[in-house]
Amino acid sequence: MSETLREIEELTQAGYEYGFSTDLDTDIAPPGLTEDTVRLISAKKSEPDWLLDWRLKAFEAWQSMEEPDWAKLDIKPIDYQALSYWAAPKPKPILGSMDDVDPEIRDMFDKLGIPLHEQKMLSNVAIDAIVDSVSVTTTFKKTLAEAGVVFCSFSEAVQDHPELVREHLGSVVPVRDNFFAALNSAVFSDGSFCYIPAGVRCPMELSTYFRINSMNTGQFERTLIVAEDDSHVSYLEGCTAPQRDENQLHAAVVELVAKDRAEIKYSTVQNWYPGDENGVGGIYNFVTKRGRAHTDAKISWTQVETGSAITWKYPSVILQGDRSIGEFYSVALSSNRQQADTGSKMIHIGADTTSSIISKGISAGHGQNTYRGLVKVMRSAQNARNYTQCDSLLLGKECGAHTIPYIEVKNPSAQVEHEASTSTVGEDQLYYCRQRGMTEEDAMSMIVNGFCREVFDELPMEFAVEAQRLLSVSLEGSVG
Amino acid sequence: MLHVQNLTASIGGTPILNGVDLEVGPGEVHAMMGPNGSGKSTFAHALAGRDSYEIGGTATLEGADLLTMEPEARAAAGVFIGFQYPVEIPGVNNMYFLRTALNSVRRARGETEIGARDFLAVAHEAMGLVEMNKDFLNRSVNAGFSGGEKKRNEILQMAVLEPRLAILDETDSGLDIDALQIIASGVNALRGPERSVIMITHYQRLLDYIRPDFVHVLVDGRIVESGDHALALHLEDHGYADFVNHDLDDTPELPLTGVAT
Repeated sequence: MSETLREIEELTQAGYEYGFSTDLDTDIAPPGLTEDTVRLISAKKSEPDWLLDWRLKAFEAWQSMEEPDWAKLDIKPIDYQALSYWAAPKPKPILGSMDDVDPEIRDMFDKLGIPLHEQKMLSNVAIDAIVDSVSVTTTFKKTLAEAGVVFCSFSEAVQDHPELVREHLGSVVPVRDNFFAALNSAVFSDGSFCYIPAGVRCPMELSTYFRINSMNTGQFERTLIVAEDDSHVSYLEGCTAPQRDENQLHAAVVELVAKDRAEIKYSTVQNWYPGDENGVGGIYNFVTKRGRAHTDAKISWTQVETGSAITWKYPSVILQGDRSIGEFYSVALSSNRQQADTGSKMIHIGADTTSSIISKGISAGHGQNTYRGLVKVMRSAQNARNYTQCDSLLLGKECGAHTIPYIEVKNPSAQVEHEASTSTVGEDQLYYCRQRGMTEEDAMSMIVNGFCREVFDELPMEFAVEAQRLLSVSLEGSVG
Repeated sequence: MLHVQNLTASIGGTPILNGVDLEVGPGEVHAMMGPNGSGKSTFAHALAGRDSYEIGGTATLEGADLLTMEPEARAAAGVFIGFQYPVEIPGVNNMYFLRTALNSVRRARGETEIGARDFLAVAHEAMGLVEMNKDFLNRSVNAGFSGGEKKRNEILQMAVLEPRLAILDETDSGLDIDALQIIASGVNALRGPERSVIMITHYQRLLDYIRPDFVHVLVDGRIVESGDHALALHLEDHGYADFVNHDLDDTPELPLTGVAT
C-alpha cells in the first residue's frame, strides 16, 4: 500500500512538456492598471469610441468590486498593479503571403504540434493562433468566407464587423457580472470572433489556440461566437504556457449566442502550466464562460482541464428559449498542488428546457478538486429537466474531492436529478490488468481513461486522442 | 514445465500455504480440489504475483523464476489466471482491453504488435470458441456482465493471450449446465502439447467435461493426496473426510459438515 502511494507521488510529478518559452520581440506596457492603461489598450487597437466607453464602464465597475472568495481555493494575493496589461509580439516586416507569420512564432506553434501552414495542418480545422492575448494568424479564412462564416481575431472583428460585435458584446456576460469578467472587459487585448449566418452548417471545426509566452503579464482574451437561426458550429480551444516560477493571471471571457434552432458545441483542452510539485508557479485561471440558448437551440460545453495551478471556471448556459438544451461535460484533473473549483450553471427560463451535467474529477498528489454547480429553474420554466452526475476519482491519500451542488427550483413541475460518486482505482483492477500483461502505468492510464469515457466521447476525434494522451502524461508515475 | 517446491504464502503472519510441491508437465491438465479455505486461490495468485502475500519456496516456469518477477512479467512468461471473480473496469472497451493486453505481452516477448484489423480476426476466432456475439467486444470490461458472461470472457482472454500455463480458478462456479458445456469445450479446444492447465474446482462435474491427467487434494495449504480422475470420483462420494485432519489423532471421528457440496 505505501509502495503504491510512493508510486502515485512519482506519477503525478511528471514533467510539463510545453514549458519552453520563445524569445519573441514583444511590445509590453509598463506594469500597473489605471484608467490610462485602459485608454492605452483601446488606442493601441484603434478602437471606436463606443468600445472605449464600454471598457471604461467596466473598469469603473471593477474598481468597486471585490475578488470572490467563496471558492474552495487557497490563492496567494494577486497584486493587480504589478502586472502588465498589454503584451504583443512585435510584427516583423510583412512578406506578402500566407506565410507572413513571424517564423519564430510559426516554429513555436510547430513545437506545440499546431502547424500554421495550411498545407500541413489538420484538415478540416481552422485555427486562430493567439500569443499573449493577441491573435497572430487565422487560417482557412478564405474557405470559411465562401460559406459566409466569419472567423477572425476579435480586433479585426471590431474593425470589420463593428455592428455585430456591438450588438452581442456583453450581452451574455455583462461587464458587472463578476470581478474577473469586469477586469477582462476593461483590459481585454484580443481573442476570437466567430459568426455563423442563418442556416449555415460551418464546414470545418473552428479552433483557437492560446499560448502565454511573456513574463509578468496578465492574459485577458475575449471570445464571442454568434450562431444565427438554424446554424451549427463546433469550436475547439487549446491552451499552453511556459514553465515559470511566478504565477500568471489568466482571466478570459467567452460568450456564446445560439439563436433559434442553432447549435454550438464548444470544447476546451486546457493545459496551462500547472506549477511544479511544490506548488511554485503555474497559471491562475479565472474564466467566465456562458452561453445564451434561444428557442430550440442547443449549447454544449465540453472541457478537459489538466493544467493551471488554480482553475476557477463554471461554463454556463442560460436556457432562455423554450425547448432549449444545455450540456456540460467535464474532466478536471488536479495533481501535485493544483486546485480546481469548477462546474457549471444551468439557468432554466424557457418551458420544456433540458440540461445535463456530467462532471468527472480526478485528484492525485496533493490536488484538490471541487465540483460546484448551480441548477436554477425559474418560475417561467414549465417542465424543466436537469440531470447531474458528479463522479470523483481519488488517487492517493493526500488529495481531496468535493462536490457542492446548488439547486434552486421555483417551478414545481421541474425534474431535477443529482447523482454523485467517489471512488479510487482499486488494487484488484490494477492487478487484473497486470495479470493480463499490462504495466502498472498502462493499467492506471487505461482505468482513468475509462472513468472519463463519457466526457471524451463528446470531444471531436483529434481532441479526444489529445485529451487521452494528456491525461496519461499528467498521471505519469501516479500509479495507485 | 512448472516446478513448484515448498511454496509457502501468508498474509500478515497468518499462514495459508504451508509448503506446496507440484510438478506440471507440458500439455498436462491438473485438477486441484479441496475444502473452502484450503488455499487453492492463494496458490493461483501466489504464482501470478498478487502482492498481498509473504511468499517462500520456489516456483519456475520453463526455468523462469516466477517468484522474483512482476505480475506483468509473469503474464509475459505465459502465466494466465482465469479469475474466480473477474474485475469490472467501467468505461474501458473490452476489445481495447484485450488488444492492449495482447500487445503488452507481445512487446514483452520482443514480438511485433498486432494491428487493429488483424486483432479483430484473432478476437472473432476466440469468440467463436466461447459462443459470444460481436457486441460483446464493445461493452465495458465485465461491467454489467452476467456471472456466466464474465467466466466466458475469462476463457476468451485465455484464447487470445495463448498462455503456457493457465490456472482456472473456479471457472465453473455459478454456471448453468449449458454455460458449463460452452466453457468446457472452449478449454478443451485450447488444450495442446504446449499448454498446461491447472483447474481449481469444487465439483467433479467439471472433470466429466474436461478430463484431467492428475487430481490433487489441497488441505490446510498442503497437497495431501494426488491421483487420477478416480480420486475426484472418490471425493464426490466421500467428501474430504478421508483427508481433512487425517494426521490429527484426536479428531478423526468428527463428522464433516458444510464442505465438498
